[in-house]
Amino acid sequence: MSGLPPYASTGQKAWYYSFRVICGLIFFFLIAPIVVIIPLSFNAQDFFTFTPEMLALKPEGYSLKHYEDFMTSHDWQSSLWNSVRIAPMATFLSVSFGTLAAIGLSQPHVPFRRAIMAILISPMIVPLIISAAGMYFFYSRIGLQGTYWGVVLAHAALGIPFVIITVTATLVGFDRSLTRAAANMGADPVTTFFRVQMPLILPGVISGALFAFITSFDEVVVVLFVGSAGQKTLPWQMFTGLREQISPTILAVATILVVLSIMLLTTLELLRRRSERLRGLSPG
Amino acid sequence: MSDTAGPVLAADGRPLKVSLNRALRREKLRAFLLVSPLLLFVLVTFIAPIADMLFRSVENSIVQETIPRTTDALRAWDPDETELPDEGTFQALYTDMVFAEELKLHTRLGSRLNYEKPGISSLFRKSGRSVGKFDTKDYEKAYTDLDAAWEDPATWDRLSREGFPGPRTASAYVGWRETLIAEGDDPLEEDPWDVLFGALHSDLVAYDASYDDPLLQAAKTASAGLDPISYTQQFEDIDEDWTNPEVWKTIQTYAAKYTPGYFLNSVDRQLTPEGVTTRDDNERIYILLFQRTLIMSMMITFSCILLGYPIAFLLANLPMRSANVLMILVLLPFWTSLLVRTSSWKVLLQQQGVINDVLVWIGIVADDSRLQLINNQTGTIIAMTHILLPFMILPLYSVMKTIPLSYVRAAKSLGATDWTAFWRVYFPNSVPGIGAGSILVFILAIGYYITPELVGGTKGVFISNRIAYHISSSLNWGLAAALGTILLVAVLILYWAYDKIVGIDNVKLGG
Repeated sequence: MSGLPPYASTGQKAWYYSFRVICGLIFFFLIAPIVVIIPLSFNAQDFFTFTPEMLALKPEGYSLKHYEDFMTSHDWQSSLWNSVRIAPMATFLSVSFGTLAAIGLSQPHVPFRRAIMAILISPMIVPLIISAAGMYFFYSRIGLQGTYWGVVLAHAALGIPFVIITVTATLVGFDRSLTRAAANMGADPVTTFFRVQMPLILPGVISGALFAFITSFDEVVVVLFVGSAGQKTLPWQMFTGLREQISPTILAVATILVVLSIMLLTTLELLRRRSERLRGLSPG
Repeated sequence: MSDTAGPVLAADGRPLKVSLNRALRREKLRAFLLVSPLLLFVLVTFIAPIADMLFRSVENSIVQETIPRTTDALRAWDPDETELPDEGTFQALYTDMVFAEELKLHTRLGSRLNYEKPGISSLFRKSGRSVGKFDTKDYEKAYTDLDAAWEDPATWDRLSREGFPGPRTASAYVGWRETLIAEGDDPLEEDPWDVLFGALHSDLVAYDASYDDPLLQAAKTASAGLDPISYTQQFEDIDEDWTNPEVWKTIQTYAAKYTPGYFLNSVDRQLTPEGVTTRDDNERIYILLFQRTLIMSMMITFSCILLGYPIAFLLANLPMRSANVLMILVLLPFWTSLLVRTSSWKVLLQQQGVINDVLVWIGIVADDSRLQLINNQTGTIIAMTHILLPFMILPLYSVMKTIPLSYVRAAKSLGATDWTAFWRVYFPNSVPGIGAGSILVFILAIGYYITPELVGGTKGVFISNRIAYHISSSLNWGLAAALGTILLVAVLILYWAYDKIVGIDNVKLGG
């Protein structure tokens, strides 16, 4: 695929280019729905399509009114605030428990390793609607349904598999003689962990944290059931907005979230490169 | 070799084997201690809820808890012998209903039984309103006229210790006490209710005994002279349905603490007194819904293969630098909020949306016959293919990366055409990737809720939407749990297959 050989026949050439065109179309299918909402969110009208003014690129066709609406509407602001309150706490819980457990799991002798791994990964496998149903039933039994902590615990459980997977993957390349060397020089296990092991596995921990964060920040099914009106998060507000009174403000929110995910993707990519460089897998 | 070797000793003088074992045990314990906080956390926050759901799919204690005396009495009833249960059962129902109505539990039971036999809910609500006006008031008046001590709760308390004339009074008294305590009242301060006098009367006339207690003896003598009231008649006066054996059969069938009823309901069957039967045609929805979920998930998986394979092939065969750039186009949708992608499809697919506008502008579609792309199966399939496509591309890509280019070159140098080289050499090598990606996409698709809910309309929804409906709207939690359990089992089987093919340790996130 890397370039066409000079002796290629006409048929080969035709296929080569039409294959590229097909791939281009699929890429377009992947990316266009995300890109197209960005200009639409600047629409001066309350329409969901391009107005003639917008197509003519006239400035009066564009406005920031949907963004203003997002910034001033009480519903949107309180849901943003709820998301900001829930996601970091859930991330903190998943990362602290998850990192500890990942270190435990990467030891050479762990009893019932497969069974434990299966349990810890299960929140990722079980369909969200089932997790949501179970949590709704169980949390209302123990009085957590409709509370801040109920939602935080539920989201933390959903984020744990991602932390486990990313951190154990980083630990695979971890040189255990480093901790032995530290212990040899008189460091106690806690110092060894924070001064030697943690800095080295930090990229894995951070990317696990980002996954956990985005899981909670994006999550709508579980919060819909486990939460009550007081825990209405941004995705929940979008969900209600889409189901009931669809307003262009959703496009403004969506654009903000797209920018957020671009930032997140960049961070992850930089972390991945750093981790590869540290492990000497790529010249950087 | 000297024969004094014996076991090898460690530095501290213990046998080396023992010492090593101890170290190994300590290491195991340490690893386990590191894992245990999280294990405990997941068990409480996640595994317990799932177990609760599994439990609820068969649990049915509400009937026995709300009307315990009735279910006890019904055990002896054989619908083939007598058309209706005996008078004692009706009285038991009366006693149960009085207490249930006081605590407002009868409507919950009514809704529960209504799932099995429509109409019971209103029957229970109606009866709850009327059980306070039964003729047992006459007994109350007669006994209290005879001796004012019957009005005193202390008398009843004394009798509960010394012995009631029969089991009905004892059981009614316990129920009365519990009801008052549940409401926060003191049973020693409240006037006895007429239901107690009704029970007392039946016990006094039922047993041919004499009592040392003068109060009881006097009541016994007086009882024979009272007109007995018919509980059967009283219930019939509330609603004729109480003389319908089907109602009683339903209560009897669902009296057990655990029931397969919800599962049977999930597959369009019903547990009736005559055994398991198929539901009426107009009530059969779940098998159709399961089928639709499976078929649509397969279609989504198939379109993901169709669209994902060329992209993965291109990415795996391009030079590293350009592949990395193009990879961003795959990862950006992967990282973008699900709600964002769903909203954008909702906007794009509308009849007045961008896609229809473009089609009209090009001239493929006339302005007055714009395509219906949303709120149907098409909408769900398009949107979900887009959402799940990265989950197909990423595993395919990582498998294709490992196929050496020399294989295809070797095939070509042996005379294969481009197509033969691809189809006979490259494609078979990429099949594990297709398998991994397909199972992943399929697992994700059959459990999807948000996207079908928003773009699926009524025809394009999945089983998960029905589960959500039963939890939040119809409040039939048992059925929701049973549907969820079936879905869970399906996913776990697929997951097991995924583990066999790919191995869970090989799950990779975002390249």
